[in-house]
Amino acid sequence: MNCKGAEILINSLKEQGVDTIFGYPGGVVLPIYDVLYDSDIKHILARHEQGAAHAADGYARASGKTGVCIATSGPGATNLVTGIATANMDSIPMVFFTGQVASHLIGRDAFQEADITGITLPITKHNYLVERTEDVEQVVKEAFYIARTNRPGPVVVDLPKDIMDKSIDFTSDKSEVFIHSYRVMKGFNAGQVINAVELIKQAQRPVIYAGGGVIISEASEELRELAEKRKIPVTTTLMGMGAFPGNNYLALGMLGMHGTKYANYAVSESDLLIAVGVRFDDRVTGKIEAFAPHAKVIHIDIDAAEIGKNVAVDIPIVGQVKEVLQAINQRLEAVEELSEWHHTIDRWKLEYPLRYPASCEGRIMPQHVIESIYDMTQGDAVITTEVGQHQMWAAQYYKFKNPRSFISSGGLGTMGYGFPAAIGAKIARPDMTVIDIAGDGSIQMNIQELGTAMQYKVPVIVCILNNQYLGMVRQWQGLFYKKRYSNTDISLQPDFVKVAEAYGAVGMRVTETDQVKDALREAMKVGDRPVFIDFVVEREADVYPMVAPGESLINMIGGDE
Amino acid sequence: MKHTLAVTVDNKPGVLTRVTTMFRRRGFNIDSLTVGATENPTISRMTIVVEGDDQIIEQVTKQLYKLVNVIKIVDVTNERAVERELVLIKVKADASVRAEVMQIVEIFRARIVDIGKNNLIIEVTGDSAKIDAIEEALRPFGISELVRTGKIAMLRGGCKG
Repeated sequence: MNCKGAEILINSLKEQGVDTIFGYPGGVVLPIYDVLYDSDIKHILARHEQGAAHAADGYARASGKTGVCIATSGPGATNLVTGIATANMDSIPMVFFTGQVASHLIGRDAFQEADITGITLPITKHNYLVERTEDVEQVVKEAFYIARTNRPGPVVVDLPKDIMDKSIDFTSDKSEVFIHSYRVMKGFNAGQVINAVELIKQAQRPVIYAGGGVIISEASEELRELAEKRKIPVTTTLMGMGAFPGNNYLALGMLGMHGTKYANYAVSESDLLIAVGVRFDDRVTGKIEAFAPHAKVIHIDIDAAEIGKNVAVDIPIVGQVKEVLQAINQRLEAVEELSEWHHTIDRWKLEYPLRYPASCEGRIMPQHVIESIYDMTQGDAVITTEVGQHQMWAAQYYKFKNPRSFISSGGLGTMGYGFPAAIGAKIARPDMTVIDIAGDGSIQMNIQELGTAMQYKVPVIVCILNNQYLGMVRQWQGLFYKKRYSNTDISLQPDFVKVAEAYGAVGMRVTETDQVKDALREAMKVGDRPVFIDFVVEREADVYPMVAPGESLINMIGGDE
Repeated sequence: MKHTLAVTVDNKPGVLTRVTTMFRRRGFNIDSLTVGATENPTISRMTIVVEGDDQIIEQVTKQLYKLVNVIKIVDVTNERAVERELVLIKVKADASVRAEVMQIVEIFRARIVDIGKNNLIIEVTGDSAKIDAIEEALRPFGISELVRTGKIAMLRGGCKG
């Protein structure tokens, strides 16, 4: 059959089961958009390529499928860069297609030419510049295979215009992907599993430290079985929120810089740390020499390079988290008794609960908004966040019950992520209430995606915790720079209610604590368009407790009120 | 200490950049790097000399393996391996010292490959220690130019590195 490169591309996407892609057209991707015009693949037109990238990312995180995004060459491609780096840091399976100038123009500084494979080399799992129309199908197959297997990550495929335009005699190759230098990880070291089981049996003060790898590996059930069988308390990273039910009696909440005191104390006092699908990030460990100083460490991860990268471990187990946990669970008997360790932790929970002061200005406390969102949804919602104080409050005060219910830029910390990600998540999970918890700074970074949400009638709820500051930076200036609030006051801002209304969306403003739940209730009834709720909150509320950067986890400040 | 890694990679455009980008991004230091064709035209061989303790070398190896185009890595540092480097040295040697220089060349089994009025170009192959030694011996005469290829290495015996 005679096929154009662009037709082969779209056909290959269908072969991969792709039904929704996010993107933005432009000159050199015209051949692809022309094929899309007749295709049953749903294309979501964003209002900025970064929005398209984050929406595809939110779609991937909410559904577990591979997110697909497309943009034109040059500025279209470079606008994806933040989205690609965000996905890379959080190990999200994504394939980005970028247009490229025609092959004969590459390297000649042609109009809208950018070396996107060069630019994205350090922020992708792999990337391709397709050189022949004959290679299109194979490259697409490899790209999806690499993106979703082992430790997932983004793959960029750069497509020169002439390669998409050219027609060739084409027969689809249905064979399995085989890449001689890339093998999918199978199995694990059974001897290490036995060693791990022995350590678990002997441990007096064990703690499970669970991360995003549990969610990627769909191992939440296995994690819960291990924890409940052996009565092991579980703390999760930001990326691990939802991997273990936040309302379970063994849940310690988040650990690290803005973790709960009891989680950080438990890790610091533990004699066995079972690290599952985590990478010992500096925001988690604080001062690395003082992290879990009394503990033997079992580290389970799919990525061998994570073992020993930041901390020395006693028992490394490289493999699929799900399979490894199953093997460990099989070898462990249940224990019934709660031990002294649980009593100690219960005492910490009583003595150092998460708490926040009453407002000095009579305004809404931002933490109260999060608690109200939890009360209204009971954890049955997908929560996305932007980055900053509101993100940490969301992680602290919302009890995530299910995997894929918390979607946030953990590794890169991308402001402007949450709103487009919420749009993608809602498209993936139309059955779920999707709420973006935002700050007034972050929401302005991709506010143009109101256009996308309106066009496709995506009813996401955006809760802006509006303190008229770049709050997290202001907090650090307050703590470490003598309250010199350099360039963090953003009180000159648009009327967010009117911005929403200008797009045809619903806008609300809430200034009184007793109106918070009513507003949320009303927003959840809307259902056919996005809702912005501008919560005017206490201006100088801080996120506590806090471990100052480079400090050990036991040296937490604040949160005593 | 210095480790010598024999790295087989796909012979495709951009693979060298992928490797060096990984080193740069993660802050590992390349002491020397050579790359060239092998008996198989689809595969290239890099010999990378890296300075670092065991933990660093382990990370370098694991991170290299994560690159899709890297096929195999062998740390030949403590293996029975043949290691060679080639160096060209231009040394000042007028008539008064030329005999002395030629004697050093003889001792190191090096070769004189060019003779000018006041200088010689000397070619030396050998392991790094030998090359360091001849460089040291020639330095007093005045080395005006020196170029080293970087190390290549191959395991002895039947197994393929």
